[in-house]
Amino acid sequence: MLLGGLAAGMVLFIVSVGLSVTMGLMGFVNLAHGGFAMIGGYVVVLLMNRLGVPFIVALAIGFIVVAAISVVFERLLYSRLYRATELDQVLFTIGLVFVMIAGITLLVGPETQPLNLPSWMQGQVDLGFVTYRTYSIVLIVVGVIIMLGLWLGFERTRMGAQIRAAVDNRRMAESLGINITRLFTITFAFGSGMAAFGGGIGAEFLGLDPQYPLKYLVMFLIVVAVGGLGRVTGVFYAALIIGVLDFILKKYFPQGGTVFIYAMTILLLLWRPQGLFGRAP
Amino acid sequence: MTALLETRSLSMSFGALRATRDVTFALEEGARHALIGPNGAGKTTFVNLLSGVLGPSSGEVLFKGRDITKVEQAERVKLGIARTFQINRLFRGLSVLENVYMSIAERVGAAPDMLRPAGARRDVIDEAMELLTRLKLADIAHKTIPELPYGRQRLVELAITLGLKPQVLLLDEPAAGVPSAESHIILDAIDALPKSIGVLIIDHDMDLVFRFAKKITVLVRGAVFAEGSPKEIGANADVRAVYLGQAAHHG
Amino acid sequence: MSVTSMSDNPAARALARRHRFQWWEVLPWLLGLAFYFAFPRYLAFGTDVLITILFAISLDLALGYAGIVTLGHAAFFGAGAYTVGMLAKNGIWTEPITLLILAGVVAGLVGLASGLVLLRTTGLTLLMLTLCTMGLLEESANMAADVTGGFDGLDSLPIKPIFGRFEFDVLYSSTQYLYVLAVALVCFVFVRTLVYSPFGHSLTGIRENTLRMHAVGAPVRWRLVLCYTISAAIAGVAGGLWAEANQYVNLSTLGLDRAATVLIILVLGGYGRLYGAMVGAIAYMVLEHFLSKAYPTAWQLGLGLLLMAIALFARGGILGIVEAFSRRRDRDRKP
Repeated sequence: MLLGGLAAGMVLFIVSVGLSVTMGLMGFVNLAHGGFAMIGGYVVVLLMNRLGVPFIVALAIGFIVVAAISVVFERLLYSRLYRATELDQVLFTIGLVFVMIAGITLLVGPETQPLNLPSWMQGQVDLGFVTYRTYSIVLIVVGVIIMLGLWLGFERTRMGAQIRAAVDNRRMAESLGINITRLFTITFAFGSGMAAFGGGIGAEFLGLDPQYPLKYLVMFLIVVAVGGLGRVTGVFYAALIIGVLDFILKKYFPQGGTVFIYAMTILLLLWRPQGLFGRAP
Repeated sequence: MTALLETRSLSMSFGALRATRDVTFALEEGARHALIGPNGAGKTTFVNLLSGVLGPSSGEVLFKGRDITKVEQAERVKLGIARTFQINRLFRGLSVLENVYMSIAERVGAAPDMLRPAGARRDVIDEAMELLTRLKLADIAHKTIPELPYGRQRLVELAITLGLKPQVLLLDEPAAGVPSAESHIILDAIDALPKSIGVLIIDHDMDLVFRFAKKITVLVRGAVFAEGSPKEIGANADVRAVYLGQAAHHG
Repeated sequence: MSVTSMSDNPAARALARRHRFQWWEVLPWLLGLAFYFAFPRYLAFGTDVLITILFAISLDLALGYAGIVTLGHAAFFGAGAYTVGMLAKNGIWTEPITLLILAGVVAGLVGLASGLVLLRTTGLTLLMLTLCTMGLLEESANMAADVTGGFDGLDSLPIKPIFGRFEFDVLYSSTQYLYVLAVALVCFVFVRTLVYSPFGHSLTGIRENTLRMHAVGAPVRWRLVLCYTISAAIAGVAGGLWAEANQYVNLSTLGLDRAATVLIILVLGGYGRLYGAMVGAIAYMVLEHFLSKAYPTAWQLGLGLLLMAIALFARGGILGIVEAFSRRRDRDRKP
């Protein structure tokens, strides 16, 4: 059962990591991030259910399609609001998420889409003293791999260094000749694609229906705020903590679980506004 | 005689960077004091320490002999220490008059009033108009900030600060960014400042400094390098080498 | 430098007169009264619009004048609504006007407590905290089902007639409408006074340039907390009116849906402009009334596109567009 929480946390991590980096990089409040996850999930599920595409292939296609869509949005629309007030960014992204939800409802319908896991992911794994759902184990493994991959990417590659530099101090990074515009488009695309991947692979845990982006909006924001903007490790730990907490609380305190998470977030952000791992103001 | 505003062994470090080093400094009543130094000397940091935007790593700031090191910016304003900023900090959507109204209303205690209209405080409006007339801004008092040329905006920055009737006035590069055709309005305004207030100007413009200052402090890499009358500083070979020599290269 | 020469200056004259009532300001209220006689069967809808206008006005104080971006303003609306609901349902207190005052006080206290704590932060952190505060209240109300009715809420609130004579009409909402109209008028006059006062002026200063306000000696945080508290109290009054007019209260008063909708309404009309709340609420709710039931998905799509357009091109909302037009017309008129 603890594992279920970890697995849910992994899904939160995969979806939210893109949001954390783009918010940390450009300071842009993107409330539509969950919408990209939803679209990705729908692409994956529809490819599988209607065209019989294998799961892994569908995930890859979902990533690519949503990344491409997000590039278009970023170049045409988002980039006009980089210097806008926080309120304008909030309004724009709320509007965008409405459009996404309405679009999906019109194109596919309001019902929840079932995710039919491939047979090798179904069932349980017997570890001798305890059995776990295979799905949960797969999610955890995938999550850790992604986390390590991202961490290596940020620490060891040149682009990763550029991103980290720009998150820490954008003006300084610009004056060093780093092409911030291009960096952001790439990061945004990658982050949205990652969200799509998370939406697809996590569809069994979080469900998949048109209300997905709004249902989980506050959850994603909490994970990002608690973890610290732009910190992959921060998002990782925050997502796991919240995933596990949520699972446990739903089991033992079905009524009061979310209250605890809200209260904890408030206290944490008051004590450390930059999140657990963020850079101090 | 107690200095109006002084610092004792004031130091400020940002991590490994020592921006201010053991500065002991005094500003007298009625002073016309200039603070100069090459880029990166820590002049703006020092002004931030004086005005309370920053708290020092060590040392003290005193106002009329009273320790104000821990006193916050807004409180220091109430005591009588006011400053202008290097880059204009104005209320852009409002008119010139409404800008100046803001500081005067704070000073006379009108600002917390929730029930009377702002326009009913004739005393504040009259004082604002008087100030604007003195600074030759009365004819554009109704215009909003974006409608004004930069030199006039800089003057509004000064007007807002003067509305606080400060005893100490810290001017951070008052003519910065002002086209030379307009800079005389700033200089004239500085010349016309009340004799009783102590004025500290930070600037690079040597003409302005030598025209205005009776005493000059030279700051280099956060520490006091030299101090004296304009004549003494002008004749000081070391200062020339460190600073005036640079200015000569820039022309 | 006599006083007369000062008053010759156009800027001084404009500032001295800024707060004077203009003739057209009576119109919205006359129209509101006319609505009562003209559409007796739509009074429930009309009451809802009036309450939303009041709620949006409260948000405008915090957002439009003090610059506090919050997605959690429904916390105060719900606090007021549940105050009325819980006191009335348990028979502790049922007189409507005093209930309303209590609703405002309770919501104001919630605003004060959260403001003192939240307004130390800015930007995204503040936004998050407003969301979490509202979520906290919402889930708490859900949990404490014994007192709050939980998910179903509290219904059939026994509200006494106003002044002992005017009963709340469940069918046609006639009493409710006039009652809400009167309360809205009183609150509006108060907010208008506040906006034109030196306090309101300093709030605009904080919004326009917070750093400068510190540098002129303004106690910025206290002003923001005070503004937030007043805004919360008025939102609480709006929530209390909702509970009294509908004679029930439920979790929808505390939800993200309500908070997001009032934000959209305010931006649609134009924030930081006293009448934006009215314009936005009427425009939004009339459109929603006709379109949202018939074509809910298309409504959401259209609303989303509209929001994106506003954020990109028309940040001042409807009143902002009107202002831009009249400015251009004035410019074209000049020789």
